[in-house]
Amino acid sequence: MSEPVIHTEELTRTFGEFRAVDGISFSVGAGEVFGFLGANGAGKTTAMKMLTGLLLPTSGKATVAGFDVFSETESIKRNIGYMSQRFSLYDDLTARENIRFFGGIYGLSSSIIKEKSEALLSSLDLIAVADSRISDLPLGWKQKLAFSVALLHEPKIVFLDEPTGGVDPLTRRRFWDMIYEAADKGVTVFVTTHYMDEAEYCDRVSIMVNGRIAALDTPMAMKSSFGVTTMDELFIRLVRPTAGDGI
Amino acid sequence: MRVIGFLLQKEFLQIFRNKGMLPIIFIMPLIQLVILSNAATFDVRNVPFNLQDLDRTSLSENLSEQFTGSGYFQLTGESSTSSQALDVLVGRNADLVLVIPEGFEKELMRGGSAKVQLIINAEDGFSAGVIQGYTNDIITAFNRDLIPQLPGSAVAAPQPDIIVRSSAWYNPELVYVDYMVPGILVILVTLVGLFLSGMNVVREKEIGTIDQINVTPMRRYQFITGKLLPFWIIGLGELTLGLIIARVAFHVPMLGSYWLIYLVAGIYMLVVLGMGLLISTLTDSQQQAMFIAWFFMVIFTLMSGLFTAIESMPHWAQNMTLANPVRHFVDIMRRVMLKGSGIREIAVPLAILTADAALLITLAVNRYRKVSD
Repeated sequence: MSEPVIHTEELTRTFGEFRAVDGISFSVGAGEVFGFLGANGAGKTTAMKMLTGLLLPTSGKATVAGFDVFSETESIKRNIGYMSQRFSLYDDLTARENIRFFGGIYGLSSSIIKEKSEALLSSLDLIAVADSRISDLPLGWKQKLAFSVALLHEPKIVFLDEPTGGVDPLTRRRFWDMIYEAADKGVTVFVTTHYMDEAEYCDRVSIMVNGRIAALDTPMAMKSSFGVTTMDELFIRLVRPTAGDGI
Repeated sequence: MRVIGFLLQKEFLQIFRNKGMLPIIFIMPLIQLVILSNAATFDVRNVPFNLQDLDRTSLSENLSEQFTGSGYFQLTGESSTSSQALDVLVGRNADLVLVIPEGFEKELMRGGSAKVQLIINAEDGFSAGVIQGYTNDIITAFNRDLIPQLPGSAVAAPQPDIIVRSSAWYNPELVYVDYMVPGILVILVTLVGLFLSGMNVVREKEIGTIDQINVTPMRRYQFITGKLLPFWIIGLGELTLGLIIARVAFHVPMLGSYWLIYLVAGIYMLVVLGMGLLISTLTDSQQQAMFIAWFFMVIFTLMSGLFTAIESMPHWAQNMTLANPVRHFVDIMRRVMLKGSGIREIAVPLAILTADAALLITLAVNRYRKVSD
């Protein structure tokens, strides 16, 4: 693994008595596609918020793109992109306006914004709907656009929070083509998902259970060490260890 | 600066694209201005009035005609017994009953004095006071005109009366519209500023886009300026529209300077927007923000001296109004528009508003965090 771009040691966040994230330690290398898995409420979102500089950790250590999550959150923000399926774009603005706005607040010059938005819209095949409101676009198109917008300022790391929720397998497959494309260019991709087939696409995955990382490896190695054939089985085994085969 | 520009552009696009929002911003306040200015008046006219004339003489008729002819009272019926009169009052068919007892004319002719009874519905104490004032005027005038006609009065020299003539300065004809419109304009800009800014940030919280903003390197001052400036501009635009209507439709005088009004309004909007933003940062949903904004709006309006005089409030309430920005701006608007006060005369309330603005903006900025802890 090359120089880690995300590195955490015993990173912890408590809310009162509740330890939402309970001492997680891991590293993500440059250009890696890192899957961040876990059941709802396992602490994924809290961990992601700490890494993106939205939430201060309670204790532990972490750096993102070489900057400290306690004291250098603003520097982190210049180096990361962030996309959530739910809310990354403004629904009442058009595709072009969204690109312009996000390009603008990351400090891109007007000519670069113009150039980039044309290139982006044509590569996504969105020229025809570039001036329709986002709310009128199909979910799959929105997701692709949101992902591209998150990469607009050429961040080192992009955080994807359940980027493909609610779309068909083909659209998801295409979305993952885009993720690979970005990774090929050296962007580190940190992605949360509930789809186990997507977990298989990652270079490495971690599975969070009750605020801790229960497993972290390549999908292949993880399956063989637990003696299961699919990620689905593995996930269920880890998340509900006493439930046996039943869900 | 560029970042603020992009944020401004986005905010304006969103505001003007929101079909539900435009009427709220522009039409609703104007309707309020027109309705409230005309409806909110202390004038008491056409008071329904019931006559119980038990004397039925030319003098008693003369007296009742003074009432019906005054323009303040409208005869809605007559009664012949006190229980009948009571029914009329209870049924709200009259707010005033004039009882002229039997022998009214005879007593007057013989002794030069007689009694009449006035029963006023005082559910609304303020109106009752006004009605009483009117009736006193009518009876005084009746006495004055009548005395020379009475037998034996010719001997007595006409008494030199002291007549109090009052004239109202700064609003000589007591046009209530002149008095109300400047105040209602304040309510309008407050309403728009407080609610729109209060809803705005919390809306981004509700949708989740605030997180998308918070992961960008945008700075706090950029975010806050970009969020508040649009409503500052809209608030002043609204005021302009209101001032034009005040001038053109209501003919409200403008004795002071428009520059002064805008200077004060610019500062006042900061107070309102700071408050809206503070509410935004303290709440998690538009619904909560709405209720809190409404709570303050009602208290501010009722304690602003707009509808009820501050002087008639209990002492503790009068002191409380000093903390009410609406009160100060209403006060300044009336003084500047109707009296032509300059900056020297309004220095105190203006200083209070400026301090309020500084305090609220500071609080709001401090409450807004890009990184939560």
